[in-house]
Amino acid sequence: MTTVMSTAETSGTAAQAPASQHLAPAGPAQVTMAAALNQALADSLAADDRVVVFGEDVGTLGGVFRVTDGLASRFGEDRVFDTPIAESAIVGTAIGMAMNGLVPVVEMQFDAFAYPAFEQVTSHLAKLRNRTRGRLALPVVIRVPFGGGIGGVEHHSDSSEAYYTHTPGLRVVTPGTPADAYRLLRQAIVCPDPVVFLEPKRRYWSKETAVLTPQGPPIDRAVVRRPGRDVTLIAYGGMVATALEAAEAAVEEDWDVEVIDLRSLSPFDDQTLTESVSRTGRAVIVHEAAGFGGYGAEVAARLTEQCFHYLEAPILRVTGFDIPYPPPHLERFHLPSTDRILDAIARLQWDGDNA
Amino acid sequence: MTALANLSETVNAASLLPSAVPLQLVDQDGRPSESAGDLAFPAPGILRELHRRMVLGRRFDTQASALTKQGRLAVYPSSRGQDACQVGAVLALRDQDWLFPTYRDSVAVLTRGVPAEETLTLLRGDWHCGYDPCEYRVAPQCTPLATNTLHAVGLAYAARLKKEDQVALVLLGDGATSEGDTHEALNFAAVWKAPVVFLVQNNGYAISVPLAKQTAAPALAAKGIGYGVPSLLIDGNDAAVVYAAVRAGIERAAAGGGPTLIEAITYRIEAHTNADDATRYRTSAEVSAWLGRDPITRLEAYLKASDLLDDVTAGRLAAEAERLAEEVRDRMNADVSTDPAELFEHVYAQPTAALERQRTALLTELADLEEPAQ
Repeated sequence: MTTVMSTAETSGTAAQAPASQHLAPAGPAQVTMAAALNQALADSLAADDRVVVFGEDVGTLGGVFRVTDGLASRFGEDRVFDTPIAESAIVGTAIGMAMNGLVPVVEMQFDAFAYPAFEQVTSHLAKLRNRTRGRLALPVVIRVPFGGGIGGVEHHSDSSEAYYTHTPGLRVVTPGTPADAYRLLRQAIVCPDPVVFLEPKRRYWSKETAVLTPQGPPIDRAVVRRPGRDVTLIAYGGMVATALEAAEAAVEEDWDVEVIDLRSLSPFDDQTLTESVSRTGRAVIVHEAAGFGGYGAEVAARLTEQCFHYLEAPILRVTGFDIPYPPPHLERFHLPSTDRILDAIARLQWDGDNA
Repeated sequence: MTALANLSETVNAASLLPSAVPLQLVDQDGRPSESAGDLAFPAPGILRELHRRMVLGRRFDTQASALTKQGRLAVYPSSRGQDACQVGAVLALRDQDWLFPTYRDSVAVLTRGVPAEETLTLLRGDWHCGYDPCEYRVAPQCTPLATNTLHAVGLAYAARLKKEDQVALVLLGDGATSEGDTHEALNFAAVWKAPVVFLVQNNGYAISVPLAKQTAAPALAAKGIGYGVPSLLIDGNDAAVVYAAVRAGIERAAAGGGPTLIEAITYRIEAHTNADDATRYRTSAEVSAWLGRDPITRLEAYLKASDLLDDVTAGRLAAEAERLAEEVRDRMNADVSTDPAELFEHVYAQPTAALERQRTALLTELADLEEPAQ
């Protein structure tokens, strides 16, 4: 079920066919998530003339996180361009471009700076297909660097996923690994539905040795990142790596933890999740965003409805506090940690008591 | 430095400003106006068509208002009084151009060729948009104010990127000029030199709020200069000047000159919608004064004085308008046909598994209701 090809697997294949090396995809290489996203944009621009990339500082500068680095010079200013600073206009004009046959991929520079575009996203982008009985499709991708953990001052670390997942008509996806960042972005750009693509900025510089390919699990499926028998730990975006660390630490306590990377927050992959939770009987959902009214509440409610008779304990959430995102010197108290995850796992009624 | 460069490129900043007096081709009494500016007088055939479409549009509008009082439409925002804007702007469009209307622009949508029944689907309430936008090149009527300005700019810029000769015309009201999207749209359009025409139908009120509480600008058209967008101020009850101004904007855009902002001074004779009470914010004397500036009467007077309209033609036109009204009545009085299963059809390209389950649940619930009582 894991999606990342192992280094041994792929290098073995390459070794057997050295003559066709120039035709085969590049072999496994170490890549950061930012570089994987950059490659996904470049490959999408090369594959489809209708794709355009625009936003604030995405041209000459290559984006404040360098995700669009080099694209403007390679593809030209008609394909990759800077805009005036106005997020509503970036999304609103993307809608008009999509109406006229283009496939816009736009960038909101930071999560909290995407809010001026909220009306365009919720009232138009999400609804236009429905309003027109399927006659107007809007294959727009909105890339949003989201979440904290980078020491950003205020307005630079919001987790805004629940605003989008609560809006029917949008797809909301977020990658947890570099290879999946490439895959999900390629899939989002060819998807006929509008996609809010949340990039966990604390993982932009995380590295992985992998072959970048759009093949693999489809855009709407969750994947099991680490199989386990005792408890299902559900995470997405920047929390996937944290959840995997917690799962490794749990081995000492004799808990065999299964880690699921949701990838698609909307739609929700009920099948993969109910299969796992029905099997383990316990579940913990982790996210950075505030717990109240948060995405984890939906996950807990769905899984309770669908797996109630298999559950050994209430489904627990490990989330940020119900506070505005803290300043840099305080964010470590707010963000879910491996310890907090292990504490939640410990509370899952292992001895049959109600402790 | 950039700002200085932009200034030196602009030949004359003042040339972006509108005229002090609204441009006009036909005056209130139906005579050729002295305030025509550089605008070209439309050919006689176009003037006759402007008149015909206004008569048809007015009849459609009054019929829709009547049907709303009878409960056949959920709501109807009348554009009576703004007939010249609705018709003049749309007839100026070329076949390949796009129209971005608001909820008040049903007559514009009808004039673009959308069948009456499809035009009224939104306001009857059986779906949000009844027509195929791509077939008529008419975006769905937009309710959130000014948001359609950005769609128009995006569509227009896409045409430019694809090197296609296509212009977008977006309709908005005086109230919408206060919304941020209008300003972002004017700015983006100017920076991108997008082929788009903004037509502000300034009818004096945003529901109840008069223009004086909306803006301190000398004219709404004067807002163009801040973005480097040339502007025109026109008499919005003169169909000839609306046609000529929008046409000039389209030609300028198509030639690569970028956007134009047009403010048309007009008046909404009816209340905001059937649910509004206009007597709470304006006087009947004011309405009466504007009834005396009727755009159809004005063009009719001009056409008759110029021997372009005789009584026989006028009679035939009146009969055509009655046939349209009858068609609207027949269609709107027919029972609405809706399919609850369709609620789940168009949310995504393919319904999700969860939506399939919800559809099944709803259909099961409906089937249970239809079971005869035991």
